[in-house]
Amino acid sequence: MVTGSIAFLHGTTRGQTSYLPAFMPLAVVPIKHRLLFETRGVFVEIITPRAGQSYKTQLGRNLNYLQLDYLANPHMTIIAGKFLTPFGTYNERLSPLWIGNFQDVPMIAGQGLNGSAGVGGEIKGSLFSNKTVAADYAAFYGANVHSTQFSSTHASGGRISFYFPASGFEVGASYDHMFRGTHQNIVGTHVWWEPHNVPLKYRSEYTHATNAQGYWFEVGYRLARSTAGENTWLGRVQPLFRMQQTFRMHPDGTDGLPGVNTQRVDFGLDYNLPHDARIITSYSRQFASTGNGNIWKTELVYRFAFPAWPGRAK
Amino acid sequence: MMRRWIVGGLAMCWLAAAVAEGPQPPAENSATPAKQAAQQTKAASTTMVTRGELKFQQNCSRCHNAPEELSPRISGTVVMHMRVRASLSEADAKAILQYLAP
Repeated sequence: MVTGSIAFLHGTTRGQTSYLPAFMPLAVVPIKHRLLFETRGVFVEIITPRAGQSYKTQLGRNLNYLQLDYLANPHMTIIAGKFLTPFGTYNERLSPLWIGNFQDVPMIAGQGLNGSAGVGGEIKGSLFSNKTVAADYAAFYGANVHSTQFSSTHASGGRISFYFPASGFEVGASYDHMFRGTHQNIVGTHVWWEPHNVPLKYRSEYTHATNAQGYWFEVGYRLARSTAGENTWLGRVQPLFRMQQTFRMHPDGTDGLPGVNTQRVDFGLDYNLPHDARIITSYSRQFASTGNGNIWKTELVYRFAFPAWPGRAK
Repeated sequence: MMRRWIVGGLAMCWLAAAVAEGPQPPAENSATPAKQAAQQTKAASTTMVTRGELKFQQNCSRCHNAPEELSPRISGTVVMHMRVRASLSEADAKAILQYLAP
């Protein structure tokens, strides 16, 4: 199966505009009933207008993950290769272009991810799932690898989540220990709440490490309840709000977080078009001691999925 | 005497109810074993789809919109992929597959 998304992104950050055509393909190849090969990458052309000159272009490409999964038993999958670091929720669940409600990644979301992926092994699965509660887990070990597309930090950690179907409430905790550098222990927690009787989605994460800590929460409301349903023109509209803060305790130029305490509010308005296309827009105001600024983002994304080669339905 | 009236009254009620409801479907006992098995399979399948829809809402719809079109040729691969991504149990993955490709 070949799936993924194709998007055109536009952003203006403090007056600097850029255009980013992006392609994020994902290939999934089942091998018998218990083995699965899957890989995802992203190709982005960064186009920046320059005053009085032609556009500056730069091609970015990144292999998000390339892994072999072995479905060992009903509750465990063993993974080898380059995998998305299972810390928090953003990296594994919301990082695909067509899923995230905002174009920008939350500022604190990079903490605990060791660069978003690890090269090594991971086990994950469902501990148990019943009408009252569903629990899942993930544990990983990443080796120290230096390579263009397979770079990885020597680290280990995991995550555990509990989901309560009756209330739509989920809470979880993550842990990451780095074996090199400052030998940091990074802890995180996440809370999601999606009540069944209201088209509201609440997502949040908090992360703490020696050098910095921060949080983000996002609230989205699909205007489907007050209309005839999600497939009406108004029912496809989804206003969003996100608040995020990062607090710097010690300077660290390697963690990718803002160098000073930073606050940001994001106001989003998404439109879910028919045929798996979405328009994602947002306005953000960022506050920091180094200066405040406005950030405007617009994105048109289309998700596709089709068989990789001719065959029969199973 | 009283017993006759009671039995007669019950018989009249049964007759009136039978006439009002019209022709009844054949009783389960009169069906062949093959028909019974087919009915049980259909009922189990319906239950699985209902459970699959619930599991889809609980696991998949929390992150993303449901796909508008999904080729039945790739539904098995999609569910296998999501079993790994969303840490689904084997039973939940089977229920979702039944829902996506009944």
